[in-house]
Amino acid sequence: MLVLALDTATPAVTAGVVALADGSVPRTLARRTTVNARAHGELLTPHVREVVAEAGITLAELHAVVVGAGPGPFTGLRVGMVTAATFGHALDRPVYPVGTLDAIAVAVDGAEPLLVATDARRREVYWAAYDAAGNRVTGPHVQRPADLAERLPELAVRRAAGQGAELYADLLGLPVAQPWHPSPDALVAVAAKDLLTGADPAPLTPLYLRRPDAEVPVARKRVTRP
Amino acid sequence: MSERIVLGIESSCDETGVGVVRLYDDGRVELLADEVASSVEQHARFGGVVPEVASRAHLEAMIPTARRALAASGLGLEDVHSVAVTAGPGLAGALLVGLASAKAYAAVLGKPLYGVNHLAGHVAADTVQHGPLPSPCLALLVSGGHTQLLLVEDLATKITEIGSTIDDAAGEAYDKVARVLNLPYPGGPPIDRLAKQGNPEAIAFPRGLTGPRDAKYDFSFSGLKTAVARWVEERERAGEPIPLADVAASFQEAVADVLTAKAVRAATELGVGTLVISGGVAANSRLSGLAGERCAEAGIELRVPRPRLCTDNGAMIAALGAHLVAADVAPSELDIAADPALPVSTVSI
Ligand SMILES: [Zn+2]
Repeated sequence: MLVLALDTATPAVTAGVVALADGSVPRTLARRTTVNARAHGELLTPHVREVVAEAGITLAELHAVVVGAGPGPFTGLRVGMVTAATFGHALDRPVYPVGTLDAIAVAVDGAEPLLVATDARRREVYWAAYDAAGNRVTGPHVQRPADLAERLPELAVRRAAGQGAELYADLLGLPVAQPWHPSPDALVAVAAKDLLTGADPAPLTPLYLRRPDAEVPVARKRVTRP
Repeated sequence: MSERIVLGIESSCDETGVGVVRLYDDGRVELLADEVASSVEQHARFGGVVPEVASRAHLEAMIPTARRALAASGLGLEDVHSVAVTAGPGLAGALLVGLASAKAYAAVLGKPLYGVNHLAGHVAADTVQHGPLPSPCLALLVSGGHTQLLLVEDLATKITEIGSTIDDAAGEAYDKVARVLNLPYPGGPPIDRLAKQGNPEAIAFPRGLTGPRDAKYDFSFSGLKTAVARWVEERERAGEPIPLADVAASFQEAVADVLTAKAVRAATELGVGTLVISGGVAANSRLSGLAGERCAEAGIELRVPRPRLCTDNGAMIAALGAHLVAADVAPSELDIAADPALPVSTVSI
């Protein structure tokens, strides 16, 4: 089956067409990734058009959509989510959300406990930890790198991946493996079982992990002096 | 060329709107569907729109609202000829949700995308109820986010701002005065209701920017809002009861007086025979009432779309898109960016 994979939960704007078949690993037929944290809204749909053309297919030939549901900075994350939801509606195809950190983890070679951390801005990281078999054991969370560093002994991870791990490598003290951002085939790999069995997709709920910045006003400010 | 269907998407503030219109060969625009999901209740306890809360609500509401609009129109996506979407002005994160969705619809359908100006959309809203606008006409846009006087020579290509608020929008002044009077947010409807029981001449609140040397088409509501707060606080301090209905009526009178006086003066001086009032505050009973009286005196035709078309919605964006299609304006590229400060002179990008 042909799957459109999208992710905008990191500074990378990612779109790809991926072929998925029972018993083999997902294979990327075409891929566009542009690292530009401020251009998710501009680039994503043009990237989709390009990868579809490059894969030599039409949008109507896609069987499903997979989208990274974060965690990620809000504005960029929403671009991927709403774009995926719209492709799903307009093409009448299922849309499967996957964890963006899971898609980074699945692409890391080797079998050792792993930390995945992406940049959450405001001097924080989104992170999750995985065991040697690749199962997520905790997360996703959002924390300051120093607080995450304190938890590392208990997590017993041996290495890290993701741009957040690279940014705060000094604090975390872990060797950092590629990738920094999720790839189309990795996004599809995370959802492969659901895709192949035709499972009902989970709701398209973005992983914000933070509350909106908003304060309930306490008392009205007086304009005259008491 | 036969009838063309335009899908319109709006997400610039706290309403997720999807509308469907039909454009006829003679330029007439017929409203087929107008679905809106509002996050206004989520903002109420904050006393104003919280951008992140609005953006989250847009994402949740986008596809369900689009599905409802298509169902209400009795059409399918395959019938859509063009997709129009608000590209600005508005809240950056909120705009991005509708724009990203519209791009994906346009890409799947292989149909043109029109990234359009929200303010021009407010003017276009009137055409689905009252038919094509004469050229030129004057538009007064009043809402929580904008207060502007526009000279509309061609809805698709030539709109000029001739005046605007230099501080608060009129709707913003309503919200702030509502807080002073302990009325709920948004402040327009409760003040309007209360004002009907009060005396509009009870208190002489100031009329901003109405001096002989002030900018004649610009507005200012910040001083009015402060004057109301000061008046109320002084009574409170003196332990006197606050005549809420009189305060509401006098405040509302000051707003309606300035808005209509300036709009009618502009129409008269510019020789324009038609005034359109749109935006959320256009539903205010005193504003439309006073505008009706003053336009009649000045021999100006007044057009006010029904309240549902005045507040933010997708139908007005679809209607503007239809006018762009009819005028053969070039569609937008799929890589356009949202522009939170898009000037009204840029009708489409
Ligand atoms: Zn508006």
